[in-house]
Amino acid sequence: MAEILVLAEHAGGEVKKVTCELLTLARRFGEPVVAWAGPGAEEGRERLAEFGAVRVYAAGAPEFEEFVAAPKAELLAKLVQDTAPAAVLLAGTAEGKEVAGRLAVKTGSGVLTDAVDVTAGDDGSLVAEQSNFGGSVVVHSRVRRGTPVIAVRPNAVAAEPAPGPAELAPVEMALSDAARAVRVTEHVKAERGERPDLTEAQVVVSGGRGVGSAEGFAIIEKLADALGAAVGASRAVTDAGWYPHQFQVGQTGKTVSPQLYMAVGISGAIQHRAGMQTSKTIVAVNKDPEAPIFEVADFGVVGDLFTVVPQLLEEISRRRQI
Amino acid sequence: MNIVVCVKQVPDTATERRLRPGEGTLDRATPDGLINELDEYAIEEGLRIAEAHEGEVTILSMGPAKAAESIRKALSMGADKAIHVVDDGLAGSDALATSYAIAQVLEETGFDLVITGSESTDARMGVLAAMLAERLGVPQLTLASKVDIDGTRITVRRVSDEGFDEVEASLPAVVSVMEKINEPRYPSFKGIMAAKKKPVRTLSLADAGIDADQVGLAASATEVVDFAARPPRQAGVIVKDEGDGGTKAAAFLTERKFI
Ligand SMILES: Cc1cc2nc3c(=O)[nH]c(=O)nc-3n(C[C@H](O)[C@H](O)[C@H](O)COP(=O)(O)OP(=O)(O)OC[C@H]3O[C@@H](n4cnc5c(N)ncnc54)[C@H](O)[C@@H]3O)c2cc1C
Ligand SMILES: Nc1ncnc2c1ncn2[C@@H]1O[C@H](COP(=O)(O)O)[C@@H](O)[C@H]1O
Repeated sequence: MAEILVLAEHAGGEVKKVTCELLTLARRFGEPVVAWAGPGAEEGRERLAEFGAVRVYAAGAPEFEEFVAAPKAELLAKLVQDTAPAAVLLAGTAEGKEVAGRLAVKTGSGVLTDAVDVTAGDDGSLVAEQSNFGGSVVVHSRVRRGTPVIAVRPNAVAAEPAPGPAELAPVEMALSDAARAVRVTEHVKAERGERPDLTEAQVVVSGGRGVGSAEGFAIIEKLADALGAAVGASRAVTDAGWYPHQFQVGQTGKTVSPQLYMAVGISGAIQHRAGMQTSKTIVAVNKDPEAPIFEVADFGVVGDLFTVVPQLLEEISRRRQI
Repeated sequence: MNIVVCVKQVPDTATERRLRPGEGTLDRATPDGLINELDEYAIEEGLRIAEAHEGEVTILSMGPAKAAESIRKALSMGADKAIHVVDDGLAGSDALATSYAIAQVLEETGFDLVITGSESTDARMGVLAAMLAERLGVPQLTLASKVDIDGTRITVRRVSDEGFDEVEASLPAVVSVMEKINEPRYPSFKGIMAAKKKPVRTLSLADAGIDADQVGLAASATEVVDFAARPPRQAGVIVKDEGDGGTKAAAFLTERKFI
């Protein structure tokens, strides 16, 4: 059976959820194998085994984390050459897409980004489902040259465990000078407390201009914490400086597809919907019954968020106590 | 310093965008074309760097004849000149083909710094800058929310999912910029008048030394199998808050097992 190569996303030895999702997808087409760049493969092995990894090609040099994008593409290109996988799957994060692009150039292969699903076509080729133009069009695409390189959006498919041996296969390779051109001199983690990562979260609570001020945004954080959610924001909010830009959801921000998306005080402009309308369940709170967000909401409350949300918070804690 | 800013004309995100039946390529004729909004930040950053480092800004755009409108706007913001790669043979190029064609032009014209937007609002691939860096064999300093240049040393604040990284390299290099890195200027009346006289070089495939067999729909390494409008979401339940809006929302969230 052909190998399907998955680039692991990890922080230290901790495997990110999206990698388990990619392994789940890879199992549909062949033997899921992992490319691990940087230290930590031994720690990560167990988790990869849980999701069916057959082998873990581990290039453990710390250099992989000291330089931007290019080293990972070099590792994948080497593995494509040495092991001839049927496809390469990467996380559709900003850097994952860049690595995908570089790998496509190196191997002369087609690259597809923002896949929300991957299935087998009539001829057995991999067909990626993409959600384009802000989610208004569903497109199926495939690669017709080289080794398909597909970046899959985090949270698009559910990770399902299935045990695999995940045997470690160390990879010895020296990085080229070109791969070491851009050095990371400082790595800064933004404060987001205990909240989950925005693109990986099961629940996202976003606030819009309706919150009125930076201080007003605290009510969004409170609701997010009550639901174990990540916090998001509309562009009106990040433009006003009420919340940092990295939390912006939409056309020019992050695309999220959580199980639950709550839009609070957000009108639902087409560019905002572009980043959230593939969410499984959408709940909106807005005082304007004409707000376009209600067109995509599964449940909406027409009302003032400063009375609706506090009542909701109270109800949540009351229901939890029963 | 020779600064090249890559600018793409895209359909207005506020209008309905369509794919062309048969080919599955974007129907670029119908929707109103605009400069990809993120490229305006790239133009602004190029202009600022040029002002600080005695540079010259060239706009590079690959696209149909209509893209001339966007090129003109970029020139009216203050760029010095432009290159427009336009040829029917380019229609339907995918990322691999586009990056090849643009890299080919950049090789020919030379550059110290290439600046792109972080992604285009139509395809939203966010791959071009990385692919250009790979093809040109120069450093990739992408997703920048801050750019500093000191001689040939370039440092960039690179936005990450976790926060940001400070990264450094030396010129020549490819940079992509994020929204909010700066405040793009509006073209002044003087700028608009001056733009009319600025040189725009129009290049065909042959002029640019682009191999016609490596671009266009036929040569693309990816293909659209089929596409359809997403079925509209089922109409939801909308309630008016009559003192019980929060309670009703809680009931809904409980029913869906989120509480
Ligand atoms: C190229 C381009 C890219 C863009 N990219 C993005 C993007 O990535 N993300 C994004 O979000 N936007 C984006 N936008 C902007 C988008 O068009 C909207 O301007 C923006 O989403 C509006 O944010 P908002 O809903 O918070 O504000 P508004 O549209 O002002 O809506 C505020 C809402 O809050 C409601 N409200 C006010 N007070 C209360 C209250 N007390 N209780 C309840 N409800 C209340 C109002 O009824 C209103 O509906 C982009 C625009 C362009 C042109
Ligand atoms: N046809 C094109 N002509 C000029 N620049 C382009 C073109 N396509 C993409 N770009 C640049 O590449 C960036 C990223 O595009 P993409 O990778 O398609 O999301 C854009 O913001 C532009 O700066």
